[in-house]
Amino acid sequence: MTKVTLTVNGRKMSGECADRTLLSTFIRENLGLTGTHVGCDTTQCGVCVVHMDGKSVKSCTILAAQANGSEITTIEGLSKGDELHPVQAAFKEHHGLQCGFCTPGMVMAATDIIRRHGGNLDEKTVRAELEGNLCRCTGYHNIVKAVLAANAEMYGAKQAAE
Amino acid sequence: MYETTYHRASSVDEAVSLLGKAEDGKFLAGGMTLIATMKQRLAAPSDLVDLRHIDAMKGISVNGRSVRIGAGTCHYDVASSAELRAVCPALCDLASHIGDPHVRHMGTIGGSVANNDPAADYPSAVLALNMTVITNKREIAADDFFKGLFETALEEDEIITAFSFEAPEKAAYAKFANPASRYAMAGVFVAKNGGDVRVAVTGAGSDGVFRHAGMEQALASHWSADAVAGIHVDAEDMLSDLHGTSEYRAHLVKVMAKRAVAAAG
Ligand SMILES: Cc1cc2nc3c(=O)[nH]c(=O)nc-3n(C[C@H](O)[C@H](O)[C@H](O)COP(=O)(O)OP(=O)(O)OC[C@H]3O[C@@H](n4cnc5c(N)ncnc54)[C@H](O)[C@@H]3O)c2cc1C
Ligand code: FES
Ligand code: FES
Repeated sequence: MTKVTLTVNGRKMSGECADRTLLSTFIRENLGLTGTHVGCDTTQCGVCVVHMDGKSVKSCTILAAQANGSEITTIEGLSKGDELHPVQAAFKEHHGLQCGFCTPGMVMAATDIIRRHGGNLDEKTVRAELEGNLCRCTGYHNIVKAVLAANAEMYGAKQAAE
Repeated sequence: MYETTYHRASSVDEAVSLLGKAEDGKFLAGGMTLIATMKQRLAAPSDLVDLRHIDAMKGISVNGRSVRIGAGTCHYDVASSAELRAVCPALCDLASHIGDPHVRHMGTIGGSVANNDPAADYPSAVLALNMTVITNKREIAADDFFKGLFETALEEDEIITAFSFEAPEKAAYAKFANPASRYAMAGVFVAKNGGDVRVAVTGAGSDGVFRHAGMEQALASHWSADAVAGIHVDAEDMLSDLHGTSEYRAHLVKVMAKRAVAAAG
């Protein structure tokens, strides 16, 4: 057993788990944050994506023990109270989801893509960068639209604030 | 996943000593192969020794055209290094097409090369760029490192700490990615330094990554995509599986070689 302490969405949280426990399991079962989903056994679908120390990772293929001491952001940590994060708002506005199963991973992947490209995004890049996130419902079209719209919103907002 | 015991090392020496005490331990880098394999119960190490927090194994330094890359450097950091791009953009491009962004944030060059998956991208770069594989025990020339499918010259308790090479005048990598996994169905890395040309093929060979002597000679005398067009690639030496027959892969090797030479300019 290992005692794992993480800063999750800005709050220090700890739990005891077996060394083989996956980060996704720890987040869902020890911490009760079930927004992070698990959809495959092969590290391919991306519904489990969270940010670890600011970078998107697949939490189903990292041990909780590996993550010990790190800062984690999950889908629950994006909104400010009732105010949706611009990426969440764009997914709603542009109908970027149907069943919603892939959405937490898509949104966490999208926020990471926007962070890395700092406003410089085109459709081709978004499609290539969503390589590790599968959606069985939408056909991706509206997801890509939502990411581009959120990027414009966030980048525009950033410029306005300067 | 079977039970395992996790250890975190803060230095290479500590990692070696932790592994020495384990019954059947394994080093853990990004885990993008090892944890995935353990989940399938295809590997069941008694202990895992995590190398990810060893700072001395991370980072890229470029001095003139001499490059050194720490084995613990993740694919994303290789892909986005401006310093490396200035002397060897081919390696940045290779890293930027491994898996997906989340895999690239965790997976490392050391883990990929130590694993020597026949469809992995990095082994072709190590061979074509004539890298020196630096371990905690010795320096191994690229030509002596790869020993067939998933086999390398590494001993059980040997850790790759870094890779070093001289950036060539021209280089490029072209891969035909498996549409589902993005691993290489055939990937060809070409590098030219004066009259010295190296061509390494991954994804296709039945014995893992290899150099193609015929293409190297043809390109040494005439550096152009046309020069490789007439070279024979033997289907007998190629992998055959549900993704493609050996004849198909032999054909892909030639097409990828042509594309790589054209891209290298
Ligand atoms: C969805 C997905 C897609 C992928 N697509 C691609 C792709 O397109 N192309 C590609 O090439 N790869 C691909 N990969 C594999 C990926 O690149 C892995 O990151 C890489 O193969 C292993 O690196 P790692 O750091 O994760 O190593 P780990 O999984 O931690 O370790 C792998 C092996 O190497 C050993 N090891 C690790 N570091 C060292 C070291 N420094 N010295 C000695 N031994 C060491 C470990 O003991 C283990 O046996 C993909 C993986 C996934 C999950
Ligand atoms: S659940 Fe993590 S990639 Fe599918
Ligand atoms: S909305 Fe259903 S899987 Fe993407």
